[in-house]
Amino acid sequence: MRLNQYWGDRGCLILQPHDEQVGAGTLHPATVLRALGPKPWNAAYVQPSRRPGDGRYGENPNRLQHYYQYQVILKPNPADMQDLYLGSLEAIGLDLRLHDIRFVEDDWENPTVGAWGLGWEVWCDGMEVSQYTYFQQVGGLDVFPVAGELTYGLERLAMYVFGVDNVYDLPYNDPDSPLGALTYGDVFLDNERQHSEANFHGYDVAVLKGQFEDMERQVPLMLDRSYQGDHLVLPAYDMVLKASHLFNLMNARGAIAVAERASYIGRIRDLCKLCAQAWVDQQGRNAA
Amino acid sequence: MPQLLLELFSEEIPARMQGNAARDLERMARDGLGKAGLISEGLKAFAGPRRLTLVVEGLPIAQPDVHDELKGPKVGAPDQAMDGFLRKTGLTREQLVERDGVYFAVIQKTGRPTSEIIAELVEQIVRSFPWPKSMTWGHGKLRWVRPLKRILCVFNREIVPLNIDGIVAGDLSEGHRFMAEKRVFRARDFTEYEDALMGHFVVLDVEERKARILEGARTLCFARGLELVEDEGLLEEVAGLAEWPTPILGDMAPAFLDLPPEVIRTSMRTHQKYFAVRRPGEAGLAPHFLVVANIQAADGGKEIALGNAKVLSSRLSDARFFWSEDVKDGFEPWLEKLNGVTFHAKLGTMAERVERIVALAREIAPLVGADPDKAAEAARLAKADLASQMVGEFPELQGIMGGYYAREFGLDAEIADAIRDHYRPQGPGDAVPTAPLSVAVALADKLDTLVGFFAIDEKPTGSKDPYALRRAALGVIRTVLENKARVPMTGVLADSLFGLVYNRGRIFSVSWQFEDTGIATTGIGSSADLMSSQAKGLFRESDGFESAAPSAIVGDLLNFFADRLKVALKDQGKRGDLVDAVFAPIDGKADDDLVRIVSRVEALTTFLATEDGTNLLQGYKRAANILKAEEKKGPLPTGEPSRVAAPAEEGALFDALAALGPKLDAALAAEDFTGAMTALAALRAPVDAFFVGVLVNSDVAAERDNRLRLLQQVQAAMGRVADFSLVTG
Repeated sequence: MRLNQYWGDRGCLILQPHDEQVGAGTLHPATVLRALGPKPWNAAYVQPSRRPGDGRYGENPNRLQHYYQYQVILKPNPADMQDLYLGSLEAIGLDLRLHDIRFVEDDWENPTVGAWGLGWEVWCDGMEVSQYTYFQQVGGLDVFPVAGELTYGLERLAMYVFGVDNVYDLPYNDPDSPLGALTYGDVFLDNERQHSEANFHGYDVAVLKGQFEDMERQVPLMLDRSYQGDHLVLPAYDMVLKASHLFNLMNARGAIAVAERASYIGRIRDLCKLCAQAWVDQQGRNAA
Repeated sequence: MPQLLLELFSEEIPARMQGNAARDLERMARDGLGKAGLISEGLKAFAGPRRLTLVVEGLPIAQPDVHDELKGPKVGAPDQAMDGFLRKTGLTREQLVERDGVYFAVIQKTGRPTSEIIAELVEQIVRSFPWPKSMTWGHGKLRWVRPLKRILCVFNREIVPLNIDGIVAGDLSEGHRFMAEKRVFRARDFTEYEDALMGHFVVLDVEERKARILEGARTLCFARGLELVEDEGLLEEVAGLAEWPTPILGDMAPAFLDLPPEVIRTSMRTHQKYFAVRRPGEAGLAPHFLVVANIQAADGGKEIALGNAKVLSSRLSDARFFWSEDVKDGFEPWLEKLNGVTFHAKLGTMAERVERIVALAREIAPLVGADPDKAAEAARLAKADLASQMVGEFPELQGIMGGYYAREFGLDAEIADAIRDHYRPQGPGDAVPTAPLSVAVALADKLDTLVGFFAIDEKPTGSKDPYALRRAALGVIRTVLENKARVPMTGVLADSLFGLVYNRGRIFSVSWQFEDTGIATTGIGSSADLMSSQAKGLFRESDGFESAAPSAIVGDLLNFFADRLKVALKDQGKRGDLVDAVFAPIDGKADDDLVRIVSRVEALTTFLATEDGTNLLQGYKRAANILKAEEKKGPLPTGEPSRVAAPAEEGALFDALAALGPKLDAALAAEDFTGAMTALAALRAPVDAFFVGVLVNSDVAAERDNRLRLLQQVQAAMGRVADFSLVTG
């Protein structure tokens, strides 16, 4: 909420999560698609993110297969973006003179959406609290003007602010609430346990594979269809996200051989490129 | 003399790029100034987390003036020539000077101010800087490693006017992000600049940052009775991550010490960039870590230490998770997974590679004193850990984890060691395996790599060696030599190649096909024989595969080994020509036993250092010269020489040669090369005497022929030990 206040005050639209299962806040159409094209765009939002392979049955104090990312996209990136970012850390209560903040090289890349950028992981006392990226390409297309992206791991930041060692011990509500004091674990532990088992052993690989192929077929069909002159890029992109999540599930199940991995990623990327190109064409037309 | 100070201030530069960036900046500045005729007294570049700095001492204030005279046409030359000369020089006829009936153009070029040259040079450096990766930002087109924020450029205490895509050079820079009272400071020369940086909590020189880290870390450790596990690569990296490096000692939960120390250290190093610590004299690690922060915190770093300890716990929890999942799996499911791991598109999967290494390790085992069945079993399991979660997370723990898991699963300790050590030596500083089983698997592993990539024509060229084949070959050489393992290289290489062809041919029949199915039975002896008897056309290349004959591939590999061995021996101070002399084929057959080659080189080195050796070498050269000269006149006489009574020297040489034969036979059979050299030394006196007392080129044809036959015998006898014609000096 303080992040919303902070970034809202600095001219960002405050958006809501996208309702598809995604691996990262970046994949929200408000980032992937809006990063493309010449129009300025500033937005911030929370995005639940799923990383099926990161499930630890609730036993690791720091690693979750479902967690929340806070995402900021600033296009074009302001010249003082690093200062703005550090200001946001102070806004949520981090004393920058007491903690060790570091910008450590991490060139972000998401091959499934044909995107890459240069930037850093931001470390606070050795913990990666944010990813900071200057997008150079998305969907295989150059990003111009350059968009700056910030991703915060909300659980990790909350652990800092509350001084808690284990994510499941994070207080989730007002301790005086009529429900009683509830922790993150009270809310999410079952979810982590059940989904970990499902991710690693539960899903039927043949079903996942079939669904993946369904999505793959539908994307071009959706892009062929148009409404009032616009191709259905947004629904098509949702299907790319579904395909991407299905791929992550298959991967967590150990169903994808190393040799196949690259080809799956390539297939998703091709779908994403179709969407990105259609989006850019559409933006160009609408601007003209 | 005036000084140039340049600082390119940007957002955080990746640590791994800083060293090269400083070198590139220095080189580009030196070249650029040199080209403009500006010679400096000294030039130094620095790189840090947010800045590249260059200081050039003692530059002139301007380029030297140029005074030049160009000779033109003669007075009275045709107008055409005159016009051409005027066009070329850009002068008018009146401006030319006439001397001795010839026109001269006097060109007087005033040197440009240095600051102008600097402005152009800086712009050129910024626009063409060779960052490994660069980016654009905002609306701009300029590329830099991360957004470039400021340029400080002062020459002789004056700002150099410069504007690169809106970044205007000035005399301002910034200090530490969080510690400095005031962010921006002004500097007009290097001393002011360095002082201001220090006052704003920035250590400019990476060497000083490294020294501070080491000193601080050692002091902290010493106070707690600990010792830093030093790590030069890590030190370099953390020195690139902090402008004000501040070592802090943190505590690790002791419960994690049940993880293998390599796992703890790798996790600390790769994920967190911490140094490990230990108690002096103890093998394992101590439950602490050393982190290098970029800030001297108000609380003395307590929060920072705690925060880092939490992260480490979480990392090590992860490692423990991998361990516990891995021990549930075991080797067999991993081996199954290797079927899905491509080693190289043309060389098949990891599982196929394992099959080849198994076969080869079994062949090599008896040569190095290992049990063939055990060697095959160790080789079968050696690559299994590649499919484990731990190695997936920390690839550098390959082998090491396999060794731990093998023990955990209760396998034979020798096999566990062989799995652990078969990647060794991993570089010139790494020890070679010594246990026979480990040697067998290590050799099989490297030979399969070498043979495979040579077979598909992926040999190293120039500075390119993407598959680290030179390192593999040197690894083989060191392992063989240091263990004094008697391995016939031709045989094992042939065997490895046959294994490759068999393995790939069977699984991908389109790639290679046997023309004679009987050949699938290998075995070192039979492979080597096959090489020589039916090498060409043994296999039919059918589908885009490298078509070189097996003998050519093995020949290339032997040459490759010879080159690597030469380099290694030269590094030890052995003379290159002696190495060549030993490598030369004797009776058309080059020696392929590395241990024997080295002992021959050593014996030859010792022999040539003696007086007998040097003199005999001279005698050899004289004989060779005479024979060469005679050969030009006509074919040399063949057949055996006969014993003549006079001159006495001729008879004596005949006797010496006759006596030498059996001695050489015995010494060479026993591989006693010092003995062979001693036997040769006995030739020295008779050879010397022969050249003094006997005229080879006698008028009597029979005499001459006999003497030439004797000289040929001298050459042949010496040639059994080494090719002395390749020895220089």
